[in-house]
Amino acid sequence: MILGILEQGLIYGILALGLLITYRILDFPDLTVDSSFPLGAAVSAVLTLNGMHPALTLLCGMLAGALAGLITGFIHVKCKVRDLLSGIITMTALYSINLRIAGKANVPIFGTDTLFRNEFTRALPAWISDYSTVLLILLITLAAKLLLDLFLKTKAGYLLRAAGDNASVVTTLAKDQGSVKIVGLMIANALVALAGAVMCQQQRFFDISMGTGTMVIGLASVIIGTNLFKTFSFMKSTTMAIIGSILYKGCVSLAISLGLEATDMKLITAVLFLLILVAGQAKRKKVRIHA
Amino acid sequence: MLEFQSISKVYNPGTVHETLLFQDFSLSIEDHSFVTVVGSNGSGKTSMLNILCGTIPVESGHILIGGQDITKMKEFKRYRRMGRVYQDPAKGTCPTMTILENLSMADNKGKPYGLTRGTNKARIQEYKDMLAPLGLGLEDKLGIPVGNLSGGQRQTLALLMATMTPIDFLILDEHTAALDPKTAEIVMELTNKIVQEKKLTTLMVTHNLRHAVEYGDRLLMMHQGQIVLDKDGEEKKNTKVDDLLSIFNSISIECGN
Ligand SMILES: Nc1ncnc2c1ncn2[C@@H]1O[C@H](COP(=O)(O)OP(=O)(O)OP(=O)(O)O)[C@@H](O)[C@H]1O
Ligand SMILES: [Mg+2]
Repeated sequence: MILGILEQGLIYGILALGLLITYRILDFPDLTVDSSFPLGAAVSAVLTLNGMHPALTLLCGMLAGALAGLITGFIHVKCKVRDLLSGIITMTALYSINLRIAGKANVPIFGTDTLFRNEFTRALPAWISDYSTVLLILLITLAAKLLLDLFLKTKAGYLLRAAGDNASVVTTLAKDQGSVKIVGLMIANALVALAGAVMCQQQRFFDISMGTGTMVIGLASVIIGTNLFKTFSFMKSTTMAIIGSILYKGCVSLAISLGLEATDMKLITAVLFLLILVAGQAKRKKVRIHA
Repeated sequence: MLEFQSISKVYNPGTVHETLLFQDFSLSIEDHSFVTVVGSNGSGKTSMLNILCGTIPVESGHILIGGQDITKMKEFKRYRRMGRVYQDPAKGTCPTMTILENLSMADNKGKPYGLTRGTNKARIQEYKDMLAPLGLGLEDKLGIPVGNLSGGQRQTLALLMATMTPIDFLILDEHTAALDPKTAEIVMELTNKIVQEKKLTTLMVTHNLRHAVEYGDRLLMMHQGQIVLDKDGEEKKNTKVDDLLSIFNSISIECGN
C-alpha cells in the first residue's frame, strides 16, 4: 500500500507543480485542470494503443495540455471573461473533446506495453521490478520539478512570477501581461496533462471521470506542502508541493483503509481539503492573537 | 515634443455617474523639460497621466510623441520609452521577489525575456554601487523579498527600476506622498539627479508645493480638468510657495467653497 501511495502521490506531485503555477504564482483559479488531467490520459492511452512509444505519448499529452491552457488563457485575456469562468468553459468543452479523443468513456490499455510494463521491466530481477514503477515515476516527477525550478530562475520565469505578484510591473516593463498569463496557463496545464498521462500509464486505463477533483487534489497538495514547511526557507515551493501531494494521498488512503469504500474517494478528497483549509485558517488566527 | 491635442474624456459614459473631465484639453511639453504639476484633489492630474500612458482610453483627441500619434497604442508598448512611478509604493515592485530579482528584471527592460538566466551575476556589484549612496542599507539586502521593505525603501527601488534602462519620459504621480519627510527629500533629490543625468522629459504630479516650486523648469496648476496656471523659465523661478497658495485659495473662493 505504501508503494501505491508513493506512486500516486508522486504522480499527483506533478499535478501539484501545475497548480503551484496557477494558484500560487499567477493567483488564477484555473478549473481547466479538471479536464486537462484526463486529456493527457486520453491522448496517452489512444496513442499507446496505436503503437506509439509510451514515453512519447507523455510528450504528446503535455502538448495537448498546453493547448488547453492556451484556450483558457485566450478566453480570459482576449475575450475578457472572468478567470474562474474561462476555466469552467474550457473544462466543459474538453469533456466532449476527451470523449472524442478516447472514443469511449473507458479505455483500458492492459493488452499493450506501457511505460511501466514492457520488455525492459519484465527482464528486471524480481527484487527490483516491484520498485521499477515508483522509481521511474520519481524520475519523471523530479525531472519536471527541476525543469520548473530552472524555468522560474530565467528571465521568462521572473516575468511569470511578476505577473502574479504585481501585474502592473510587467506592463511598465513594456511586456504584455496577458501573454505572460497565457504562457503560465500553458505550462501549468502541460504539467497537469503530464500527470494525467503518467497516471494512465500507471493504472493502465483511461477513464473520463478520472479528472473530477483534480483541482481539489492539486490545491490541497500545494496548501499542505507550503503550510507545513513554511518555516523551511531553504526548501523550494516545488519540493513542498510534491511532498504535500504524497502526504495528502497518504491521508486519503488512510481514510479508505479505516473502512471507507473506494467509491467514497472523492468525498474523502473534498472533506480532507475542507479540513486543511479550516486548519490553515485556525492557525493563522492563533498567530494573530499571539502577535 | 509630447502633445495632448484637444482631448476629451468622459468617465462612465451613458450612466447616471457620467462625468465630463476633459473637454478640448491641449498641452504640449518640450523634450527634456521637467514639468511639475499641482492641483486640488479630483482636478484630473492622475487622469492626465493615465491618458498619456494609455491606462485609460479617451473619447476624442490625440496624443502625440515626437509627432507620432500614439492614441491607439497599447499601454504596455508605450512603456518602451516611458518609466512610471506611482503614489502607492507597493505598485512599482514585486513583493515576493527579492531586491536582486526585481532589479534584474527591470535591468532587462527593452530586451527579450527568454530562457536565459534571470539574474546576471556580473551586474550585482553595479546594483550595489547604485544602492549604496542612498544610505537606506538596501545594498546589503539584495536577497530579501521586497515585501519586507518599508514604503520608502520600496519607492526608492521603484524609482530606480523605472529609470534603469534608456527611456525618454518619466511619469511620476505623487511618488513621495506616502513617505516620511526625510525619505521624501531623499527620493526627490534622487529623482532630480536621475532626471538631470538622463535628460528625461518628466511629468511630476505632487501635492508638495515646495517640491513643485523648487524642482523642474515648468509648473502647471490644474483645476477641474483645465490648466489654470502655466509658468516656465524666469517666471517659474520667481514663483514662491505663497504665490501658489494664494492662487489655490482664490480658485476655491471662485468655486464658492
Ligand atoms: N475610474 C474612474 N471612474 C469614474 N470617475 C473617475 C475615475 N477616475 C477618476 N474619476 C474622476 O475624475 C476626476 C479626476 O480624478 P483624478 O484621479 O484624475 O484626480 P487627481 O487630480 O489625480 O486627484 P488627486 O489629487 O486626489 O489624486 C475626479 O472627479 C474623479 O472622481
Ligand atoms: Mg491623483
